[in-house]
Formats: sequence, C-alpha cells, structure tokens
Amino acid sequence: MISINVNGEDRQVDGPEDMPLLWALRDVLGMTGTKFGCGVAQCGACTVHVNGQAVRSCVLPIGTLKDAKVTTVEAVGQSEQGKKIQQAWLDVEVVQCGYCQSGQIMSAAALLQHNPNPSDADIDAAMSGNICRCGTYVRVRQAIKQAATGEKVAMQTIPNDAEAVR
Amino acid sequence: MSAPVLASPSRRLVLQAGGGLSLAFLFGGRVSAQDASPQAKLEAAAAGDAAFAPNAFIRIDKTGPIRLVIPNVDMGQGIYATEAAMMAEELEVGLGQVVVEHAPPIEPLYQTPLFKSQITGGSTSVRAFYKGLRQVGAAARTMLVGAAAEQWGVPAESLKAENGKVVDPANNRSATYGELAEAAAKQPVPDLEKVALKEPKDFKLLGTPFRRVDTADKTNGKLEFGIDSKVEGMQVATLALCPHVGGKVKSLKIDEAKKVPGVRDVIQIEGGVAVSGKHFWAAKMGLEALEIEWDEGPHADFSTESHFKALDETSRTGKALVAASEGDVTKVTGKKVEAIYRLPMLAHAALEPLNATVHVRPDACEIWVGTQVPVRAVQIAAKVAGLREDQVILHQHYLGGGFGRRLEVDSIETAVKFAKQVPYPLKLVWTREEDMQHDVPRPAYLDRMSATLGDDGFPLAFTDRVTGASVAARWAPVILRKDGFDSDTTECAAEMVYHVPNTHVEWAPFQMPEALPIGWWRGVGPTHNLFTVESFFDELAHAAGKDPVEYRLKLLSKNPRAAATLKDAAGKIGWGEKIGPRRGRGIATGAPFGAFTTAAVEVEVSPQGEIRIVKAVCSVDCGVVMNPNTVEAQIQGGLVFGWTMALYGALTYENGAAQQSNFHDYRMMRMNETPHIDVSILKSGEAPGGIGEVGTAIAAPALTNAIFAATGVRIRELPIDRKLLIENGDAKKKNVTEREAPDRKAPKRDLAEATAAGGAS
Repeated sequence: MISINVNGEDRQVDGPEDMPLLWALRDVLGMTGTKFGCGVAQCGACTVHVNGQAVRSCVLPIGTLKDAKVTTVEAVGQSEQGKKIQQAWLDVEVVQCGYCQSGQIMSAAALLQHNPNPSDADIDAAMSGNICRCGTYVRVRQAIKQAATGEKVAMQTIPNDAEAVR
Repeated sequence: MSAPVLASPSRRLVLQAGGGLSLAFLFGGRVSAQDASPQAKLEAAAAGDAAFAPNAFIRIDKTGPIRLVIPNVDMGQGIYATEAAMMAEELEVGLGQVVVEHAPPIEPLYQTPLFKSQITGGSTSVRAFYKGLRQVGAAARTMLVGAAAEQWGVPAESLKAENGKVVDPANNRSATYGELAEAAAKQPVPDLEKVALKEPKDFKLLGTPFRRVDTADKTNGKLEFGIDSKVEGMQVATLALCPHVGGKVKSLKIDEAKKVPGVRDVIQIEGGVAVSGKHFWAAKMGLEALEIEWDEGPHADFSTESHFKALDETSRTGKALVAASEGDVTKVTGKKVEAIYRLPMLAHAALEPLNATVHVRPDACEIWVGTQVPVRAVQIAAKVAGLREDQVILHQHYLGGGFGRRLEVDSIETAVKFAKQVPYPLKLVWTREEDMQHDVPRPAYLDRMSATLGDDGFPLAFTDRVTGASVAARWAPVILRKDGFDSDTTECAAEMVYHVPNTHVEWAPFQMPEALPIGWWRGVGPTHNLFTVESFFDELAHAAGKDPVEYRLKLLSKNPRAAATLKDAAGKIGWGEKIGPRRGRGIATGAPFGAFTTAAVEVEVSPQGEIRIVKAVCSVDCGVVMNPNTVEAQIQGGLVFGWTMALYGALTYENGAAQQSNFHDYRMMRMNETPHIDVSILKSGEAPGGIGEVGTAIAAPALTNAIFAATGVRIRELPIDRKLLIENGDAKKKNVTEREAPDRKAPKRDLAEATAAGGAS
C-alpha cells in the first residue's frame, strides 16, 4: 500500500511504486477526470498539480510522491485561480470534445497561480505541452486572458439557467 | 457526403408498449408494431414511463427536467446543444430546463436520412434534423397547449407557451409542462407537416450563442467518456495487435506475464494478444512481459513507397469513371498548365484512445463505448458474441474525438472477441501506439491536373484525374453510383465553385489490400480535393500573371455566395497591403458540405524553412446559423486540424507496418504554433449547411498558397517538406513536381488523351 494525498485526502493505493499516478487515480481511486492520451508525457491530457506545479501524471511513479500534495481536475475549482479558469472556460466555451480539457485546465490554473497576468508568450510557453486534437487553442488563449484580467476578449456564451420546470 | 439532406419525420409509428401509448416518429423508415425489434419495443416501453412522450425525442414527466433524446452523437461539435435547441425553440423551453440523453441504437427512430442509418458524420446532423426536430418540438407544444385549453375551457389560440409553461394571459394563470404532461398525452397528435414553424427571424434561442449542455462537466472531470466507464467487477486490459497488416500471432509465451502482480488473464485472438488485470498498469506490465512472435502475413511487402508507385501506375493506365464532364476539353487550345499532387495516408489520432468495455454473458452482451455508429456496433457485437442483436445492450458515451475513426467498429469487434473469452466485464484500452498503428487511415491520393488558359489567362478547360481508393466501396456501397463511381473521391473537384466552360473530372479506382481498410477522415473528399483544386487554381493565377484574389473573383461571377466570402476574407487579412520578406498571404475558396467559405492565411517562412502562421481569417456563409459560437469554434478547430495535416500529417508504412506510433512522430499543432483566427460569419437566410468539417477542408491550400507567396515554392505534396523552403538559390526550382524527373520522361497519359482514346468511360 502506498499512501498519496489527493485533493486534501490521504488515499491508499494498492499498487507498485513504479505505477504512474495516472493509473492510481483512474483505475484504483476511480477518479477518471484525469485522462490518458499518450502515456509518454507528449499530450498533457493527464496533467495534475503536484505541490502546485503542473505535471504529467502518466510518467510520475507514485513511489516518488511521498508527502506531496496532488490536486486533480475534480478539485481544481476549489482554488481561486482554478475557479476563475473554469468560469472563463464556460463563458468563452472553450471545449469541443473535451477529452484534453482536464489537462488544459490544470495547466492553465497552474499558470495563473504562478503568473496572474500572463502575456501571449507566457501562455504559449505554459500551454504548448497540452495537445488539443479539436484545435481549441485560440479559445484556450482567450479564456486564460479573460480569467486573468476579467476583460471579455471573445464571444461570450449565454448561460442556460432559465428557471427549471417543476 | 455533402448532398443536401433535409428530412422530415413524415410517418408515425404507434407502438403498443406496456399500458401506455407512445408515438414514435420515423425518419423515412417504416416499422410496424409486429416487426419492431425487441429493442425498439423496449425503447417504447421506456418512453412510456414518461408521463408525456409524444415522439422518440421528447419526454416530459410530472416532475424533473424535460428530457430530450438526441439522435446524433457528440464528439466535440456541440450537436447535443444544437439539436436540443432545435426542439427547445419550438417547444418553448430554455436549455436550462432540459437534460439531454444519448439516443439508443434504434435505426428506424434515429437514422440520418442520407445514410439510411444511425450515423453521425459528413457534417450532416443540422442539415438532416433542422426541420424534423423543430417539428417534433412544435407538435409537443401544440399538445401541451391543447391540454391546457381543455382543462381551462378556453380556446387554444388564447394561450401561449413560454419558458416551459402554458400561460393564459387573460385569466392570469399558468401551468407547467410537468403539470400538463398527463393530459397532453391524451391530446391528438398533430400532423407534423402541418404544424406551423417559426420563421428564423422569430427564433429566441437558435442563432444566439447559447451555451452548450456539456461544457460544465467537461471542465470539472465529471463527464464520462467511454474510457471512463466503471462497471462492477470489471478488469482492465490492454493489447498488442500484430504490427503488420493482416498478420497474426505465431507463437506466444505467457509465463513471465502471469507473474506480474495484478495480472489476471492473457487472452489471445488470431491477430493479437491482450492482458487483463486489476488496473491498466498491471495489464501494461503484463503485456510487456509477454514473448510474442508475429507472423507477418501476406502484406509484409506493403510500403508507402510501393503504394505510391502503384498509385502512379493506376493513375497512368487505370480505367477511370467520369465524375463530371462539361463541354469538350479535347478541343481547347491555349497555354497548358499541368501538375501532379500527392496526398499521404493519415491517422485520426483522436485524443481518447480506442477503447471499449464489454461484458459477454450467455444471454447478453453489454457494451460501454462512444461510437459514431451505434447500430453497426450492436450488429458486429452480436455477430462476434453469437447472440441476437436484441441481446446486445449498448451504453453510448461522449466521444473523446471522432474525426471518422469512430465510424469504424473494428475496435468493438476486437474487444468483443477478447471479452467473450472471460466471464467478467473487460475494459479494453488501446495504448496510443496501438491506436495509431492500427488505424483505419485516410487513403492516399495521386491527382493529375491540367488546365488550358485562353489569351486572357483564364481557363478554357480544366481536367482532374483523381487516383485513390474508395472508402465508401467497403463502408457504404449503397452510396456508390451504379457503375461503382464514388463521388467522395472527386467531391469539390467535380463540383467546383468556379465556372470553367470545359471540364472533365474523373476517378481511377485503386484497390487497397483487404487487410488494410481505409476510412473516413475529417473533411473527407473536400479536404482532399479542395487542397488540389485551390492549389492548382492558385497556380493558374500565377501562370496568368494575375492576382489570386482577382482571378478567383472573375471565375466566381456565377457564384455570389462564394464570392462574398472571398471578398470578405481578403479584406480582413489585408490582401494587397505591403508585407515583409519571406512573408506571404494565401487564399482558398470553396463550398464544402453546403457551406461557402474562404480561408486567408498570412505566413512567415524562416530562411531555414520553418513555417509560422502569423494570422488567419475565415469567412463563412453556412446559411441559417444555429449557434454562432459553435460555428466559430468549428471553423477555428477545423482549420487547426487541416493545418496540422498540411504541416505534419503522414502515416507511412514499411514492411506492412505503420511507422508512426505516438505524438513525437505523428505531430500535432500546438498552442505556440496557432495564430489568432478571426472567423467572419456572413448573414444568410439560406438553408443551413454543414460546419464540422468546413474549416478542415479549406485550411491546407490557404496555407500552402501563402507559402508560395512567401517563397515562390509550390507545395504539391503533403505534408510540407521544409527542405524545399530553405532559402538558397536552388530552393525555388526544387518544387515537388520538378523533383520527380522520371515522371516527365515517362509516356504521358493525361486526361485529354485518355478521353480521346476512350480510356475514360
């Protein structure tokens, strides 16, 4: 048993030390928000935060985590920056198929935590490890800017919160 | 794939189910209660549980949200929100009042008319369901209003429906749809063809940037793709398929694999091996511990090089089928321009790797997967499991990208073959490497083009001889012409936006090895032919010494919608303005999938041959717009998909095996390579066109035409060879056609000759 701290909770993982964090999350702890895309840290779909840094969980053995604190997409909205990012993602409507977006959001939230007002070049540097096959990059960039500055920089969606039928 | 498909649910089916009555509207099919499949009866029974289920798409209970059943699958194009909005617009509910459900695999209820099958692809969803889904919404609203009118004893005309309620303004009262549901179920069902539909100018929801229904759960990890399925007792497996197409397992040693902690079983089929275990990592470690020897099979000599040689041979000597012929291209004289274009095989590389979770029991087969073809999935599963189709239960999921890959059921077939050997639910997950090396790739093409220019420089004749394999011949032979002609192979070349008085477009069919089927790939025929046609017409403009925009505009004199997008995009990119050295602007125009569009790109090419897209504009007239936000997203994403193809895309084969394996050697465009993309949507009252593949289809030629403007190098082969773009004295001469010296010496057999000799029939 290996103990890892995920989203503030100590969780027990029955698996070998060399098991990548991705599979501990998905197949042992049942947290499938973190995605498998390439298995070799090329696509960023598996991005999580370890002690606040964006890392690729598909190549991070759980034996190396020790006292590290892991945050996944399921809990990223609990931080101020993560919440801002999620809201901007909704307002600008970043997602298409959505499969890469857990990773995009984790990379973007980590970027804002370290750099609250990133330039285009900062965004490119922080986000180029995340592949989006649907090609949502233009809106990823816009949503990060909107989250950072509060300024509306793209077409905004109309929320669907009409009163519910009861 | 882009014929206009406008369906209306013209026939109704009454299915007696349980104690309740439910009505199912049919899209062009015909089923009676007697021959309805057991699954259709099940579906009717399920709908019967709802207090009010006036058709296959709308379910209203006394409490809870309104449920809308969406006939197409969502793979990123946002169709769940768009089709929900079509119904909601006429039903008079907000999208916040509804939840959407995946349609179950019942072809007669949910088929897309063009394919006569329950399929999502070809940018057809909006075109197919635009009228029908508004009709079912309007019919349900009519019944709800009718129920309220009866209850209150007032004329229906005095009531109005809004926001999920029927309101009686004169008497200051209202009732929710939930409250009216039971009474509405007893109302007569209106004739769908006679229900009044709103004019687009009166739309409240359609045409606005309403938010998609799936976005929130895609930003917090809650939304389940097929790969996220969790089934009680399931084991996770991964697999190794024979790397050589058509090959199989020759020998297998499993002892070391069985020793890996967490490994449960080693399972074998003819073409490969899977290892199951407690989690993916155990399965993967187990798989790596196997000793597998492969039998390379009958196609070990297949390679990309031999493939293109064979394509070239067919292009020169093969019998062709005529796609379109107008005037007489043989009788025209003038300046001749000729070019050969080559397009590679392509992998889909959807970011969610192939996967399926399957539980085969003696009397049932249950599948958890995201597929563009749910009915085909059921059919193949039943066949492999040895069960009846009504014993297969398919749980549809969101797709982590489709792009045509999930129009195939090979992965489901493979998963069932493995799963039927074990008693537990098996979640089979392909590694990226297995996914890429066992794709059903986009076919390669070799196209010979020619034009004859008049004294004014404009073409008097245009010919295009496309050579390549037909996807439809295997996938949907029903859509072939009687003589076997596949219109996908020449789509957007046989129906150009330009007017040329004499044209001849034909297709020389090529046979792939049976073990290497080829498949649909985003943008299908238009992605292929708009690249060749738009590159070639750019060549013609330069051969005539004319501005590429002016040249196209003249040829578009009979096509005002296309011309409008061209003028718009050219203006917005700053066409004609001064530009720096090794920078250039390129443009491409077309009408793929019923949408008129022009892409304009500004590019910078470094002296070392590296390409940077500086900015891009795309102008589109896709008729009545369902959601401008979705149109913009699809165009932006589609362009990136198409540029990725042009910059990097090639799946190559050696010894019968695919050579690329992951994103390091099958590259994707990334954030730092992506410019801002300005999408300009032109106002239009025309019938809606498709949008999901439009950007992809128009992307590549705009980019390569810009590269020509920047460097003078014409790109006639994809992906773009950077070596051709290195700045030196020879670069301009080394364009692709000129590299192929042997071609020019070989006996020439162009279209005009072939036609004259009766070689083209």
